[in-house]
Amino acid sequence: MDIIVCIKRVPDATEAEIEVSRDGQSIDTEDLTFGISEWDNFAVEEAISIKEEHGGSVTAISIGDEDSEDVLRRALAMGADRAVLVSDAVFEGSDAFATARILHQVVSQHQFDLVLTGAIASDTSAGQVGGMLAAMLDVPQVALATDMSIEGSKAVVQHEVEGGLERVVELELPALVTVQSGINEPRYVSIRGIRKVAGEEIPVIDAGSLGIDVSELGRAGSRVRLNELFISAEGEGAEILEGSTEEVADQLIERMRERGVL
Amino acid sequence: MIFTLSLLKAPADAEVLGVSAPVLHTVLVVVALAVFPFIISRRLVPVRAAAPDVRFDRLGKRIQRLVVLGFGQSRQPRYKVAGTLHILIFAGFVILSLRTLTLVGEGFDAGFTLPGLGGDAGDVYATLKDYTALVVLVACGTAALRRLVFHPARYSDRHAVRSHGPEAYVILGAISLLMVSDAFYEGSEIARANDAGFDLPLSSTVSLILDGMASSSLGTIHVWAFWVHNVTLLSFLCFLPVSKHFHVITALPNVFLMNMRTGGSIKPPRHDIENLDDVEKLGVSAVEDFTWKHVLDFYSCTDCGRCTDNCPAYATGTPLSPRLVSIKSRDFIYDSFPITGKIVPADRRPAFIGDVIKEGELWACTTCGACEDACPVTIEYIDKIVDMRRHLVDEGLVPRSLQKPLADLGKSGNPYGKPKRRRGQWCKDEGGMEIVRTLDEGDEADLLFFTDSCASFDPRIQQIARAMGGLISAAGEDCGTLGRDEVDSGHEARRIGEEGLFEALRDQNLEAMGERKFSRIITTDPHAMNALRNDGYGLDKPVLHHSELLAELIENGKLKFESDADGRTYTFHDPCYLGRHNKVFDAPRKVLDAIPGIKRVEMERSRNRSFCCGGGSLYLFNEGEAESHMGENRLDMAEQVGADVVVTACPFCMINFEDAVKTTGREGKMEIIDLAELVLRFVRSEDGVEAASQGSGAD
Repeated sequence: MDIIVCIKRVPDATEAEIEVSRDGQSIDTEDLTFGISEWDNFAVEEAISIKEEHGGSVTAISIGDEDSEDVLRRALAMGADRAVLVSDAVFEGSDAFATARILHQVVSQHQFDLVLTGAIASDTSAGQVGGMLAAMLDVPQVALATDMSIEGSKAVVQHEVEGGLERVVELELPALVTVQSGINEPRYVSIRGIRKVAGEEIPVIDAGSLGIDVSELGRAGSRVRLNELFISAEGEGAEILEGSTEEVADQLIERMRERGVL
Repeated sequence: MIFTLSLLKAPADAEVLGVSAPVLHTVLVVVALAVFPFIISRRLVPVRAAAPDVRFDRLGKRIQRLVVLGFGQSRQPRYKVAGTLHILIFAGFVILSLRTLTLVGEGFDAGFTLPGLGGDAGDVYATLKDYTALVVLVACGTAALRRLVFHPARYSDRHAVRSHGPEAYVILGAISLLMVSDAFYEGSEIARANDAGFDLPLSSTVSLILDGMASSSLGTIHVWAFWVHNVTLLSFLCFLPVSKHFHVITALPNVFLMNMRTGGSIKPPRHDIENLDDVEKLGVSAVEDFTWKHVLDFYSCTDCGRCTDNCPAYATGTPLSPRLVSIKSRDFIYDSFPITGKIVPADRRPAFIGDVIKEGELWACTTCGACEDACPVTIEYIDKIVDMRRHLVDEGLVPRSLQKPLADLGKSGNPYGKPKRRRGQWCKDEGGMEIVRTLDEGDEADLLFFTDSCASFDPRIQQIARAMGGLISAAGEDCGTLGRDEVDSGHEARRIGEEGLFEALRDQNLEAMGERKFSRIITTDPHAMNALRNDGYGLDKPVLHHSELLAELIENGKLKFESDADGRTYTFHDPCYLGRHNKVFDAPRKVLDAIPGIKRVEMERSRNRSFCCGGGSLYLFNEGEAESHMGENRLDMAEQVGADVVVTACPFCMINFEDAVKTTGREGKMEIIDLAELVLRFVRSEDGVEAASQGSGAD
C-alpha cells in the first residue's frame, strides 16, 4: 500500500490572539506558533496505521516555505517513509483550486494506492482541496471519513453525511479520502523523536520542476480572490435564560422572533 | 543445666531409619546448601541482565540508614499493630539466630555449644531464647488471626488478579513450627527431668503437656522435635527466595542500597550514558531495562500494601496500585526467568508494558512519593514509573489529553498554549503599577523571582505571585524576573517522560539565567523549586520557596504583623514537592504561627504523610479513569479537623482545592488561601507601610 498524505502547516489558533495585518489580506504571524493542521494530523496517523497493518510506504507532501519542513519532519517522526516540500514564492496567494493543481502535479508523479488528507484545514476551514485534487487525479473520493479499512483492492470507508448520519462506502483503489477529526488517536511525537529524523533529507520541488505555467499558480492562477480579511465586531450582551427546558425554549423562540430570525 | 545433664538421648546419637544421625544431618545440610545458593544464583540472573545503577556512593550515610531504617525498623511503627508484631518477629529472628546455629550444630555433635555460650552465658541465653520464642509465637498467632479475622484492607488489592495472600499463612506457620518444635525439643528434656520453671516459660509449658509420659516416648519426641525443627528451618531457607518472603534476605541490602539522591529528583535515562541522543532505547519496556537495583526492589516487596494504602491515585479509584506494580513485575520476572527451565526470550513474553503493567496505571501517578515514604524496605516507585512513561512517550503512546499541553510546552514554553509575549505581564497590577520588575539581558537583582507557568498565566495564581511580589518589596528586597525569556521549569514534562522536552526547557531557562546576575532564586511553586534544586540545573545559588523567604523576612523583622488573625481555624496543607520530597515542613508553619492569635490545627495526614491534591504530572489536563478527585478527598480531611481555612503553598494545590470547594458545595464554608496572600492580609513592613497596598493580593 503506497499512501500519500497531503499536510499543511497552520497557525495554532486556540489560545492565540489573532490580529489582521494592515493590508487586510493576511494575519500578523509574529507572535503565533505553528503546527500541522489538526485534521491533517489525523490523516498522517491513519496513513501510518494502514501501512503498519498492510505494509507499503507513506509519503508526506506539503506546500509551504522552509518552515513547513517542521510538519514534514514531524510526519517522518510519526513513521512516514518520505517527505517532500513543495516550495516556491510563486505559489503565494493560491486559492484551493491552484493549490489542488500544484498538488496534482506532484502527486501524479508518484505511484500511489491511496491519497489521504484532512477534510478541512484548521485555518481556512474551506474543505475544498481534497475534492478538487481527487477530480484532477480522476480517482474516487469520499470526504469526512470517520473510520476506514483496506480490503484487498478496495477501501471501505465510513463517513459523515448530513443530518448526523453516517454512511459506509466502498471505493476501488487508487482513491482519495479526506478524514474527519477523531478517526483515530494520533500518536505523540516527542522531541527525541524529531531529533532522530533531524538529519533526513527532504527534497524541495519548485515551480520549475512542476511543469505548469506560472499563470496557473499563485494569485494569478486563482479563481477566488481574497478581498478582505477582518475580525467581526463583538456584539453586545449575553443573556442566560433560566427555567425549565420548556420555559427556556419559549423564551428563546420569543427572542428570535423579536430579532427577526424566526 | 539443660545442656550438661541431658537425660534423653541426644539427636546426634540417635539413629534415624537405620542411618546415623550426623550422616543424615550432613546430607540434609549439604542439600540445603546446594539448593539455596542455586536458587539465589537463578534469582540473580535478571539482576545481572538489568541496566547499571549507581548505589555505592555515600557509604557512611548508607550505613546510618541501614542501622536506623533496616535494623531499627524505624518505619514499622507507622502502623501500630502490624508494626509492633513485625518488630517483635524481626527482633526475635535476630536473637534466635544463635539458637538456630546451635541446633544445626547439634545435628552433628551431641551437646554442641557455640563458643562463648557455654556455662552461665549459655543459661542466660537459654532464658532469653525461650522468652523470645514465646513472644514470637504469640506474635505469629496474633498476626495470623488478625489477617484471618480482621482482613486489614491493605492486604488485599482491588486490582489484584493473582493472590499471594496464602503465602503469609505458610510463613507464619513455618515460623510458629520452628518455635513449637524447639519448645518440644526442650520441653521433653524438662519433662524427663521434671524441671519446669519460669526461666524457660515456653518449653516449660510444653513440658507440662508432656507431663507423665514414659521416658522412651519423651526420647522419641525429643529426637523428632529436633528433626522437625531442622528440616523446617532448611526448607524455609530454600522457600524464601521462591516466595514473597524473599525480603527476609533482600530487605537489609535493599535499604543499604536505597536512593540517596536529594529531593524529588529523577534518575537519568541511563546511568552509563550521558547524552540523551546516545540512548538507543529510552525508558523501560522490558524488565531488563530496569536497573539492577529496581529488580532487587521487586524481590524485596513484602506485599504489605502500605504504599497502596497511602497512594492518592489508588484512593480515588484509578487503575494504579503501587504495590501491584512491584508484585506483578516480580511475578513476571519469576515467570520469564524460572528457577528451573529456560529463560523466556523477551519477544516471546507477553508485553510487559501493555499486558502486565497497563498504560492507565502509569498515567494515574502524580509522583507525590507517598508510596516511597511509606515503604518499610525503601522500594522506589517514581523512577520506575517515569522510566516506563519514557518508553510510552518515545513510542508516541501519550494520552490525547496530555498531548496538547506537551506540544504547547514545546512551542510556547507553557502548557496552556498562551503566547510567549504575555509571560511577564502578571508583574503589573490592574492599575498598571509594576510589582516586580523585569530583568533584561545584563540586568542584576539580588533575588530572581522564578515564576513558572501557573503563576505566569493562570489569573488566580497570578494573584499569589503579585501578593508575594508585594511582600518582597514591602520588605525592601531587590527582586526581578526573567520576563519573557522564562519558560516552564520542565518539571512535569520530565515526570511525564518527555525527557527531550524537559532538557530543551531547562536549557532555555539556563540561557536566560546566564544573561542576568542574581544571588538567590525565589519561587511560589514547589515544583519549580524542586526542578531548580534537583533536576540537574546545576545552579550554585540557593533556591528558596516563598514560605522559606517569608520565614526569613519575619525572623529578620523586615515583615511585621500588625493585625491579629481572625477567629477561624486554619490548617496547612503540605505540598508534596515542598514537604515530602524536599523536607520543608517547618518554614510555612513558622510563618503561620507568627500571625498573632492564629488558631492552627494539623490534619491527620500532615508533613511527610500529606495527601496529594492531584496536581503533579499535569493532572489538571489528564482525563484518566478515577472515581473521585484527590482535592475533594483532601478537603474532607480538612473538615475532619474542623478547619475553616486551608492554607496552601503551591499553585496546583490552590487550583485543585478551589475547584473542590465548588464541586463539594463548600463555597462560603471553607476558604482556600495561599500563604503569601494570608501573610499579606495581616502584615506591615518595617517602616510601617501596609504591604497590602503594594500589590493586588486576594481580597
